[in-house]
Amino acid sequence: MSELTTKTIAELRDGFRAGDFSAVEVAEQFNAAVVAARSLNAFTVETPDAALAAADAADEARAGGEIRPLGGVPLGIKDLFATEDVDTTAGSKILKGFKPRYESTVSDKLRSAGAGMLGKLNMDEFAMGSSNETSAYGPAISPWQRNDGGNSALTPGGSSGGSAAAVAAGIVPGATGTDTGGSIRQPAAFTGICGIKPTYGRCSRWGIVSFASSLDQAGPLARTVRDCAILLEAMAGFDAKDSTSLELPVPPWEASLSSDLKGMRVGIPTEYRIDGVPADIDALWDRGVEWLRDAGAEPVKISLPHTKYALPTYYIIAPAEASSNLARYDGVRYGLRVDGDSGLDGMYTATRAAGFGAEVKRRIMIGTYVLSAGFYDAYFTKAQKVRTLIKQDFRNAFNDCDLILTPTAPSAAFGLGEKTDPLAMYLNDVFAVPASLAGLPAMSVPGGLDRQGLPLGLHLIGRELDEQGVLNAALAIEERAGFTARPEKWW
Amino acid sequence: MAGANAPYRITGSTGDWEVVIGLEVHAQIVSESKLFSGASAVFGAEPNSHVSLVDAAMPGMLPVLNRECIRQAVRTGLALDAKVNAYSRFDRKNYFYADLPQGYQISQLYHPLVGEGEVEVLLDEKDQTSTKAIGIERIHVEQDAGKLMHDQHATMSYVDLNRCGVALMEIVSRPDMSSPTEAGAYLRKLRAILRYVGSCDGNMEEGSMRADVNVSVRKPGGELGTRTETKNVNSVRFVMAVVEHEAKRQVEVLEGGGVIVQETRLYDPDKGVTRSLRSKEDAHDYRYFPDPDLLPLELDVAFIAECRASLPELPDAKRKRYEALGIPPYNAGVLTAEVESARWFDELLDGGVEPKAAANWVASELFGALNRLGKTMATSPVSPTQAAELLALVGNGTISGSLAKQVFEIMLETGAGAAQIVEERGLKQTSDTGAIDAAVDQVLVANTDKVEQYKGGKEALFGFFVGQVMKAMAGKANPKLVNERLRARLD
Amino acid sequence: MSVNTEQVRHIAKLARIAMSDAEIEALAPELNNILGWIEQLAEVNTDGVEPLTAVIDQKLRLRDDAVNDGDCRDAVLVNAPLAEHGFFAVPKVIE
Ligand SMILES: [Mg+2]
Ligand SMILES: [Zn+2]
Repeated sequence: MSELTTKTIAELRDGFRAGDFSAVEVAEQFNAAVVAARSLNAFTVETPDAALAAADAADEARAGGEIRPLGGVPLGIKDLFATEDVDTTAGSKILKGFKPRYESTVSDKLRSAGAGMLGKLNMDEFAMGSSNETSAYGPAISPWQRNDGGNSALTPGGSSGGSAAAVAAGIVPGATGTDTGGSIRQPAAFTGICGIKPTYGRCSRWGIVSFASSLDQAGPLARTVRDCAILLEAMAGFDAKDSTSLELPVPPWEASLSSDLKGMRVGIPTEYRIDGVPADIDALWDRGVEWLRDAGAEPVKISLPHTKYALPTYYIIAPAEASSNLARYDGVRYGLRVDGDSGLDGMYTATRAAGFGAEVKRRIMIGTYVLSAGFYDAYFTKAQKVRTLIKQDFRNAFNDCDLILTPTAPSAAFGLGEKTDPLAMYLNDVFAVPASLAGLPAMSVPGGLDRQGLPLGLHLIGRELDEQGVLNAALAIEERAGFTARPEKWW
Repeated sequence: MAGANAPYRITGSTGDWEVVIGLEVHAQIVSESKLFSGASAVFGAEPNSHVSLVDAAMPGMLPVLNRECIRQAVRTGLALDAKVNAYSRFDRKNYFYADLPQGYQISQLYHPLVGEGEVEVLLDEKDQTSTKAIGIERIHVEQDAGKLMHDQHATMSYVDLNRCGVALMEIVSRPDMSSPTEAGAYLRKLRAILRYVGSCDGNMEEGSMRADVNVSVRKPGGELGTRTETKNVNSVRFVMAVVEHEAKRQVEVLEGGGVIVQETRLYDPDKGVTRSLRSKEDAHDYRYFPDPDLLPLELDVAFIAECRASLPELPDAKRKRYEALGIPPYNAGVLTAEVESARWFDELLDGGVEPKAAANWVASELFGALNRLGKTMATSPVSPTQAAELLALVGNGTISGSLAKQVFEIMLETGAGAAQIVEERGLKQTSDTGAIDAAVDQVLVANTDKVEQYKGGKEALFGFFVGQVMKAMAGKANPKLVNERLRARLD
Repeated sequence: MSVNTEQVRHIAKLARIAMSDAEIEALAPELNNILGWIEQLAEVNTDGVEPLTAVIDQKLRLRDDAVNDGDCRDAVLVNAPLAEHGFFAVPKVIE
């Protein structure tokens, strides 16, 4: 039996349909790979039995002539998605041992599409982080290492770091992630895989632990563009339980994949050329432009004037919403409870002090401050106005172009423990955040390796609802970049 | 109580003070399910049984707005001649308390559903001119909180979330009231209107209507004083008591050289006093901001038109209509004060009775009987149809007013119809002049002395003869004929 | 605008997070560093600009008034650190 863990989701799906192998064989090999890769700390919970049960069901269904879209395909689920009777921690100590009696809409859709669950994937606490280091369960570690002979542990990025590490290491063929300000795209770039954040509202937020409601979107991470299209198709769709869910049919993204970009205009935003970005990244960006030209697209210079204000805007709005969304973790109905010295408030303050990590506290504090009396207008209202301008920037730009190409991140993966200053960490999402603030579909696709042998990603931003345009351009890059590099197995 | 039109004053050692009162009334909206969840809104179930995962603020749960709650709030606004805002928003009011699982209440601060309106109250039923217009500042829709029980356990408080998330309308008045009487009249009128509209059952004992009473005092015409807010007062009587007590207390404090602190207070019905709730006061900063889980609420013209079209005839309109039917203002007021009596009386009118007499009969006979029997219009043993039958018999001269009283008593006891009773008990009034003349002869012969006195000028004796004849005929003689025949014989 | 340790203590109180003086001392400069950076937004001219209310412009959907949820006390209480007689139990609240 061939090494099934090297196959893409499309290959697994088609091979299973063709009867080349059984779903149980697939699940067993991935379950084994998960165990073998524990040193990556990619999982918070392993659920081999769930994977096997789903595989059994898929094999039976196949015997009965029924094959579901993701039959025979096991996946990893970010630990931000509520999974029925399976620990759901959001990477936080405050939710240690929390077993919801409900299943998030997105993971439920994957389930009913026939996919199995290999486990829950490690992440930054409440998705607040860009390196996975804020996880209460220790950081997931990137399977990649620098080519300097040293073997310092690198970050897989964050917040969907466990998802990225697992996919890159080939211990899951694909995974769910969530993206609030780059949490799918930056880890994908750091680990040489693909990841797409759809238009805000495409994927239901119901059952996903909230970080910043106006920004949170679920999306897939996988090794190929096609795999991302396959997964996103299964994850997306209208959900009446989410008031911000888009009441629209899910387009046949996979079937409509095409790398022919004739007639497409690709915008290159001047403001994304910033100081301190490694030459390798600028060089890759230029190559990306050529690849898209080669695919038939016409590059055009565009301007997104408020780009430099996107991050500060994000660091007002996201913490503000988070400070309110995280108020429910109070030790009363679920999760950690620490009885303090004095009554109810003592319990609240002791529980939250013990349950939240430093970065989450930092953001709750910022969010509480920017909403507090006397500061609301100066910070929050101001930020929402700038957010309007950022959205307008994109609207204007899309008069002159159909897609936007930028680098995904201003650097390659950095070493765990290397970035200690919170601000320096925040700056990592400088290219990813504007699309989040505008709710636009955006994707990272691997473009090559830098001089240290680490993957770099290219970033495509599309019009509202134009996931197809984003996927197609990513496909054109994938075909031309010929990115086949895989991390040396050291784990 | 001083005449309602004489201004209410508190006389202190430094002279007179006037009182300024505003009410914030929380009215539970009549609906099957909660404002943002599909859990039952019914009162009095097993603890935590009418609770959804949304109400319990489980991670990843999201609010979805109930159309009926918005419809009822809009209908209420229209009934109060208020401006309905086609565009409104929901905001989060952030604070920690054990009865508030989300850590915030979803309410409407910046863009309420309903704007300014007005209620006309009658300060003295006896005086139709004693009206006053009380301004409505706004009506917003918000979630109710859960319930805490402190007496179940020595060291614990118990939390029941059944009420949590039930829809409330907060009806905020302008500080237009200046006496306990006005506050009472306003609350009574507001309650009546809500019950006519059917948007709130007005059941204050069960807490489906609670008032926050804002009171301040000032020297007549002087600067507004600092107000206190006495929360959750749950009867008209208590509201009036709170105003009276709180105003006196404030005058004492001020005249004693003290200052009024803006604070929340609680009313103690047993002691009849209010006390400070500083425990709840400390460091409140609600950090209101638009709820990112919800979008702006935009109502179209058709929706608002339907709300308007579905409004019933309201108390003021009904009273005017009754007065136009010749019903005295006092009776019209009494009959329209409660929706049940108004509906009952409308059915009676449908029975084709003479309005003035009918109103009179209801106000005196029926109300009297119901009081005696401890029953209400809703539980009246006599139906409007039965009453119409009785009044018809009086109207067409079949029975006299005095006989009608007897018949009514029998109706109350037996539940039998008026005509049947009159028939069976032979209570029909006779106009048989032969019989009447015979009785007249008999009476005059038996009282020759009095006949002499009468002829001698003692006119007053005429009544005596009438009475004797009626008595001789067991009250069944037509009084008009008896008069005629007597005069014919005596004068 | 910059925050002093007193304000940080106040914010921590609002956010119900217990913090030692040492933590507050350490956090104040961090927050100031971040807030200082955030305040570059002041440069942006936002005169006459509406604050963004909906990321993707769409209307709020209204749900029919039907009881189709609740009656799941077990699911509601099962994860509670302390539940007694069908209630959540919290340290006694003095009103
Ligand atoms: Mg109030
Ligand atoms: Zn309220």
